Amino acid sequence: MDTSLDGNAAAGVLGDLFVFDVTVAVSTCATCGDARPVAELRAYLDAPGIVLRCASCGAAQLRLVRSGDRAWLDVRGIQVLEIHGATTAE
Amino acid sequence: MAVVSRGFQGRRRQPGAGLVPPGQYLVDDFPVLSAGPTPDVALEDWDLTVVDESGAVVARWGWKAFLELPAEDVTVDIHCVTKWSKLGTRWQGVSMDTILGGIDTAAEFVVAFSDGGYTTNLPLADVLDGQAWVAHRFEDEDLEPEHGGPARLLVPHLYFWKSAKWVRGLRLSDEDEPGFWESVGYHNYGDPWREQRYWGD
Amino acid sequence: MRWLVATVAETVPETARVVTLRLDVPDWPSHRAGQHVDVRLTAEDGYSAQRSYSIASPPGSERLELTVERIDDGEVSPYLTTEADLGDQFELRGPIGGWFVWDGTDTAPVLLVGGGSGVVPLRAIMRQHAASGSTAAMHLVYSARTVGDLIYREELEALAGPRRAVTVTLTREAAPDWAGYRGRVDAGLLAEVGWPPSVQPHCYVCGPTAFVEAVADALVGLGHEPGRIRTERFGPTGA
Repeated sequence: MDTSLDGNAAAGVLGDLFVFDVTVAVSTCATCGDARPVAELRAYLDAPGIVLRCASCGAAQLRLVRSGDRAWLDVRGIQVLEIHGATTAE
Repeated sequence: MAVVSRGFQGRRRQPGAGLVPPGQYLVDDFPVLSAGPTPDVALEDWDLTVVDESGAVVARWGWKAFLELPAEDVTVDIHCVTKWSKLGTRWQGVSMDTILGGIDTAAEFVVAFSDGGYTTNLPLADVLDGQAWVAHRFEDEDLEPEHGGPARLLVPHLYFWKSAKWVRGLRLSDEDEPGFWESVGYHNYGDPWREQRYWGD
Repeated sequence: MRWLVATVAETVPETARVVTLRLDVPDWPSHRAGQHVDVRLTAEDGYSAQRSYSIASPPGSERLELTVERIDDGEVSPYLTTEADLGDQFELRGPIGGWFVWDGTDTAPVLLVGGGSGVVPLRAIMRQHAASGSTAAMHLVYSARTVGDLIYREELEALAGPRRAVTVTLTREAAPDWAGYRGRVDAGLLAEVGWPPSVQPHCYVCGPTAFVEAVADALVGLGHEPGRIRTERFGPTGA
């Protein structure tokens, strides 16, 4: 039984942290190399924190814990995040 | 200041009136919180392993052998870091004193590991002396998968994230190794009576 | 993203369990069809509960619309569907989600597949398609239990046209005079009313988790590219 939602369902929570819409960014899984938009990861929102897991291998790519004015974000499960259109380089 | 919605009351939640740790409320149901999919392991493939600090497997039980270990009925209060508490929950399980008894170790810490990759760390002293069990029955029924079945760790004196669902073993360690939640903000020890929910609490 | 105050301007019963709330939300920025909002209810004692709901109205609507299905042991949906009345207020933030959206910027055909309340964001997409005059072909496949469970029935019939088709299938309708499809959305139905994979349609699938997974698997099994299938699981209970 899997109660996960799509990563898109985490867009509200993640929108508090990132100044861009991270759910359309493409994440490469640090465990298996699968690459897909964060919106397509498996989101577990009914946990003591938020966990986004690789849709291919199930490894936890992103973990977020929030407490009032503090938050902890672990993205060791993401090898690299490709972000479009949000940068101000140059 | 949040806008109050007229007529909204939410789920019934009773303050603990001194029976529960600070910040907790009582619930009638048994909320399910999961950081991943519910594992689906066949009992014939299940085992519980104890690994000592040198990495050696020092004990292992298959399901049948595990059920032959002496089990106890325990009635305990449980407290989730997300603020709900349930009083008087009834479990049946094997005491960790039985599981770890007879194992020669100088380790001070233990990491419980589960199907699906979840881990949680505890001082070894906190899982001995009648403080912890590997529980396989809840309220007179086999423990349901969504609540950690076939077997979960039960450590009621700490926040319930330490009572690892789907437990498959214990790794003794000289070092304290923060587990799945402890490494991303949740308190390393987790005493509900001192409200140790997060780092720095 | 900050919380905005929504005031209920109108409540529209859609079915026995489903209500559309038409909301006044000052400062509502524009949104894209398919996006959702987070709704937050706060009780007098400070207790709050939060849920996500798909936006039922297309961009440019006079009022923001949410269509909510009442979940019996839910915490937020019973309030929104049975208690919330004209003038009542709650908080919402949004629009949220840049993935499950349709802007009509390309002309590839679009297959929308909705189960139960999963039709809500797809209705916003259909209305956006109509309002924008898009030339893309669009087909909505909508699965519900019975005729009485069909949300937006007349509106969807009215939206059908040269470039918008609607196929309804009922899974538990006993009445013999139902002339539409019966049974679940499966590979057979999708192959019959949808486009072959060579056409490379965009596919949007929304509804209860089990429905979404079955339909997405069926589409992939028919040969559709997984990258062109966007899903929005509503969870085990479907709302």
